[in-house]
Order: sequence, then C-alpha cells, then structure tokens
Amino acid sequence: MAEPAKKPANIVINESLCKGCSICVDFCPTNVLAMNGSVVAVKNLEACTKCQLCDLRCPDFAIQVF
Amino acid sequence: MADKTKRLLQGNEACAEGALYAGCNFFAGYPITPSTEIGECLSVRLPKTGGKFIQMEDEIGAISAIIGASLAGSKSLTATSGPGFSLKQEGIGFACMTEVPCVIVNVMRGGPSTGFPTGPSQSDIMQAKWGAHGDHPAVVLTPSTVQEIFYETVRSFNLSEKYRTPVILLYDEIVGHMREPIVIPEEGEVEIVNRIKPTCPPEEYLPYDDSHEIAPLAAYGEGYRFHVTGLNHKPDGFPTNDPKLIEKENKRIIDKIENNKKQIWKNEAIDLDDATIGIFAYGSIARSARYAVNIMRDKDIKVGLLRPLTIWPFPEEAVSEMAEKVKVIIVPEMNLGQAVIEVERVAGGKCEVVGINRVDGDPIHPQQIIEVIEKYK
Amino acid sequence: MAVQTAAKKERAPFDYDRYLRPKKLPHIWCPGCGHGIVLKSLIRAIDASGLTKDQICMVSGIGCSSRTPGYVDFNTLHTLHGRSFAYATGVKLAKPELKVIVISGDGDALAIGGNHFIHTCRRNIDMTILVYSNFIYGMTGGQYSPTTPQGAIATTSRFGNIEPVFDCCDLAKAAGATFVARGTSYHCQDLEKTILEAIRHKGTSVVEIIDQCPTYYGRLNKLRSATEMMEKFEKNGTVSVKQVDKLPPEKVEGKLLRGILHRVERPEYCEEYDKLIQDAKGK
Repeated sequence: MAEPAKKPANIVINESLCKGCSICVDFCPTNVLAMNGSVVAVKNLEACTKCQLCDLRCPDFAIQVF
Repeated sequence: MADKTKRLLQGNEACAEGALYAGCNFFAGYPITPSTEIGECLSVRLPKTGGKFIQMEDEIGAISAIIGASLAGSKSLTATSGPGFSLKQEGIGFACMTEVPCVIVNVMRGGPSTGFPTGPSQSDIMQAKWGAHGDHPAVVLTPSTVQEIFYETVRSFNLSEKYRTPVILLYDEIVGHMREPIVIPEEGEVEIVNRIKPTCPPEEYLPYDDSHEIAPLAAYGEGYRFHVTGLNHKPDGFPTNDPKLIEKENKRIIDKIENNKKQIWKNEAIDLDDATIGIFAYGSIARSARYAVNIMRDKDIKVGLLRPLTIWPFPEEAVSEMAEKVKVIIVPEMNLGQAVIEVERVAGGKCEVVGINRVDGDPIHPQQIIEVIEKYK
Repeated sequence: MAVQTAAKKERAPFDYDRYLRPKKLPHIWCPGCGHGIVLKSLIRAIDASGLTKDQICMVSGIGCSSRTPGYVDFNTLHTLHGRSFAYATGVKLAKPELKVIVISGDGDALAIGGNHFIHTCRRNIDMTILVYSNFIYGMTGGQYSPTTPQGAIATTSRFGNIEPVFDCCDLAKAAGATFVARGTSYHCQDLEKTILEAIRHKGTSVVEIIDQCPTYYGRLNKLRSATEMMEKFEKNGTVSVKQVDKLPPEKVEGKLLRGILHRVERPEYCEEYDKLIQDAKGK
C-alpha cells in the first residue's frame, strides 16, 4: 500500500459548476475521483498527489486542488 | 485682397477637411471610385496631426476598424461608394446596436452591382435607411455643394457623438468630384460636439444605462472595463434573452433618434411661401431644381423648393407643410423612385406627387424639371 | 460545495475569480468542451504576464470561442463573424498602449475571417490571436469547417468531408505573423507558457489551440467522450517540436506539431506608424 501523503490534499468541488464531463476523473493518474451521477466526487482522497491535473483540465472552474 | 481662408476644393477634399475640423483622428478605408480622394487626402493630413490612417484589406475591415477605434476613444470615419456601402452594412448595424459613434461617407455611383462607377447616382437613399438588417436608427445627411459637404461632415460627427449612433453622409459623384471655392471656418467658429464620458466610479458604470437618453460612453483603457456585444444586451452591456429587455433596447435605439428628429432635421426652403408647385430635391439635383425655380419665378410661376440636408429621419414635418400648400410635389432624383415613396407617404393624398427619374449616368437637367413644371403651371 | 478535508491550506489554489466577471459562471460551453480549459490557461498566462486588467482589450468574433470576452474582466468587445481582427486593428492603432488579445475559432478565423486574419498577420500589428480549433462550427450545430479532417462527418458533410484542411499555423507564418505556435487543451500547462510567450512577443502572435467539441464533432464521429477526443487529437495527435527530431518517422507521421513553431523579429505596425507620424509632421 502506498504511503499516505504527508499533508492530505484539499479537493474543493463546486457542484453547481460541474457539468459532469468526467475529464478530471478520466485523466487522474491515481484514481482519486469518480462520477457520482452527473457530478464529480472524491472517492479516494489519500491517493491524491496534488498534481492538480484535474484542476487544470476542468473546463468549468468546478474543481480545485491544493 | 484675396481671402486666405477661401480655398478651391473638390467635394471629397472638403469632406476630409470637415472631418479634421470636427476632430476626426482615425480613418480606415478601402479604395473605391468615386470616394477614394477622401482617404487619399486623409492619408496625408491625419498623420500630420498625430491621427491615424489605415487602408484596410476590404470594406468590411474598414468599417470594423473605425468602430474598434471609436471604442478606443477616437473620432473615426470611413468612406465608400456603392458596392462598398453594401459591404459595410453589417458594421453599420453593429454600430447602431452597440451605439458606437462613427461616420460613414457614401459617395453614390450608378448601380446595382459594379454598375457605373464613374457616373453619379442617388440610388442609395433607401439602402442608407434600410441597408442593415433588423430595425435600426438611420441618420443620413445629404449636402448639395462643396461648402455644404464641409459643414455636413462636421454635423455628421456632431450628431454621431451626441446620439451615440453611426451617421451616414450621403452625396453623389457630382458634388463629390466638383470643385468649388469654400471657406474653412476658424477654429471655434462651428460648434464641435464630443461624446459624453462617464464620471461615475468604474464599478458603477453601465455603458447602456437607460436612465439616460444617451448613456455616457467610456473609452477602452481608461479604467472602465466594459463589455460590448452585437447581441441584444442589458444596460450593463452583457447579453440577454429577456423579451422585455430585448424589446426595450430595440425601441430605445430607434426612439433616441425619433424623439430628437426636430434637432436632427435640417432643410432649406426656397420660395415655398406662396408656391403652388413644390419640388423636393437633394444633393446635386437640388442645384438643377434651384435653377429651374429661378427660371420659372422669372416667368411668375409660383414654384418652390424644399431641399433636405437631413434625408433620414425623413423630413415629415416640412414635406407635410408643403403638401398642404401646393397642388403637386415634383421629386427629381437620379434613381428610379426612392425619396418619392416617402414624399407620397407623407403627402398622404393632400397633393399630387410626381417623380422625375434618371439612371443613365447623366444628371437631371433643369430643363427636364421645367418641362414637368410647365405641365402643372 | 464539499471540502473533503479539514487540513490547513498549504498552497492557495489559483484565483481565477480575480480575472472573471462576477456571477457569469457557469459559462455557455457544453460539458467537455475544451474552451473552458483554454480560458483557464489564458488567464494564468495573463496573470504571469504582469499586465493589468485595464491594459488588456479582448476582442472576439462570432462562435463558441468568441463568447470568451463576456466572462473576463478586461476591456471586451464581442464583434461580428470573422471581423474580430479588423475591430482589433482599429482598437490597437487608436490606442497602441492597450494589449490586444483576439479570441477566434477555426470557422471565424480561417473561413469567414480569413482575409482579415492574413492581413493582420501581414501588418505584424502587435496583438495576440488565439484560434480555438475544434474542427467544426459548434454554435450553429456541427457544420464542417476549414479544419474538419477529410472524411469526417459533419451535419453538412454527411457522406464524409471532401475538403482539404487549412493549416492555421502554416497560413499565419506565410502571411507574415512573427510568432506562430500550436497548443492543445490537453497540454494545458504548456499552453499557458506558450500563450505567455505569445503575449510577450512584439508583433502579431498566433496560437492555434486544438481542442474538442464533444457535442457535435464527437457525437457525429462516434467519439464517445471529451476524454477520448483529447486522447486522440491532442495527446496522441500532436508531437512537441522539442521532441520531433528524436522520434522515429512513424511516430511523427500525420501528427501536428505542438509548441512555438516560428518566431522572428520584424518591425511592428504601430511603431512604424509612429515613425510615419514623425516624418509627416516634418513635411
């Protein structure tokens, strides 16, 4: 099992802006995210490496990672 | 002693001089006969005063550039003829919708299509009003002499700045290429109107604030970061689909001209007081009409002339008054009957209305008008 | 809004709100459309450029991408189809101190605005032009554009598009643009850097951005998601100019180059005009 990140990531999802395109889910290298119906949700926060690719590639200003 | 301010100028040169007098500091155009001299003249004169001239890649580029320049704070002008005027219509509509001041000169030549580029015409009267799609305001001025081209160019800028709307200066090839002595007034002699700028804090600025009849217009780069779109928009400039706001805006841009038409109208009435025969003529043909009036008055025939310098909004009041007095209004024009339709509408059967039309590239001669007057004397 | 951890903030996320107009989101773009990704890269590039919001004038034409200026807190001008370049030329020449950024699409820049586009490049007037290329007219519902691949389906090419593709970057270079680059929405961090370079460049800078229209291009061409399109056209459909020499020909064949493709120095139009004014005043 991977060592957990020293400081867990903050993943802020603005569900009112998420349009459910799933780009963030599909490109997450560590499978942190999953679709929950028509919006994205965090399923495995511990796996997040804070690479921010989901944040950068979200077209809808709906997810932030820090 | 020769008057130093009197100069022999071509109509198109007088237009350029009038633009400079009005404070024009940006011209974009595309070469086209018979209006090219305006651009040629300004390509020399503008840089000398720190202004900008650019020859664009096409007519649409030219109207687009002057609207952009106006939003950046310039007083801007473009000039064209016939086919170029057709191409500029989308930009004219945009300027109407976005309420951006700018002046468009159309030196009318024979059409349709390429038609008769070097021949005069007055066949864009209706296009000047209806050329752009959608209901939109039209302010169109029609000078008859080289001196008038100068003054009407200044007035075009003034009206455009005052009402935040494009103004079309419409004259035919004859006056455009004619040379006459004109007097350029001293600085300050003729009033120059500049658009009202906002004084409110930027965060409160509404570029389409409908609590004003004409909202102040900021320039880009002065701290008012406003949005401009050709879509129907709200007072803050952003698009809207709200039917109420759409209707309100569409009516407002028409009403701001309609409600002020008395200030925009300008006519010359010649010998109309006791006239039983009226002539309605504009541009170079008003000169033939004037000549005909003089000849007939010498023969004691009571002919009068109404000469509009503002053809749009149409001079309803003056035409209506004339129609009350005369038995016939003769409308000579170098087209197959355009202004005559409006004269008929306004006369409303109160008198006869008869057109004299010519589209062979020759002007309507005084004798042609006299022949028609003879029938009604 | 759900915050998934109570851990203390260690690094503030990028504050896009500083550049967005309040209460304009959600934007009009469809789920999975790349335009939002590009907008974010553009905002970060502008932030890195040090330009103030008052210094920027953003001009666009008509189309999906051209709705961008409505969302950003700059001097903004949403014009007519294909004409953004000419409006932008007017703004820039009238007020050269403004940094003009033009947002355009493949149809807007390469079809209806083609003439304005090439002549803007030819003049080398200082402005940054972004051409969002998603191979289709999205706003009108999926008609083929000058960048639609041959054989692709659009609502006006139901039997497969027979028209060859316009290469936006080749066109810009040939027309005289002094900075030409290509990016993708997939490579959004590289794109941010490329746009920053374009903004810093003096003269006409053109950045073609390959992005995706899942709603029309994707559905019509049996591409199931935005992700699949980004994989196919952006990740696997492009090669970085920095790597191209190291790759075997078969890995480069049929792919678009990504990165800064052309950068030269040539006199800039507004500066030349200023010299002309000085000359004219002396005459």
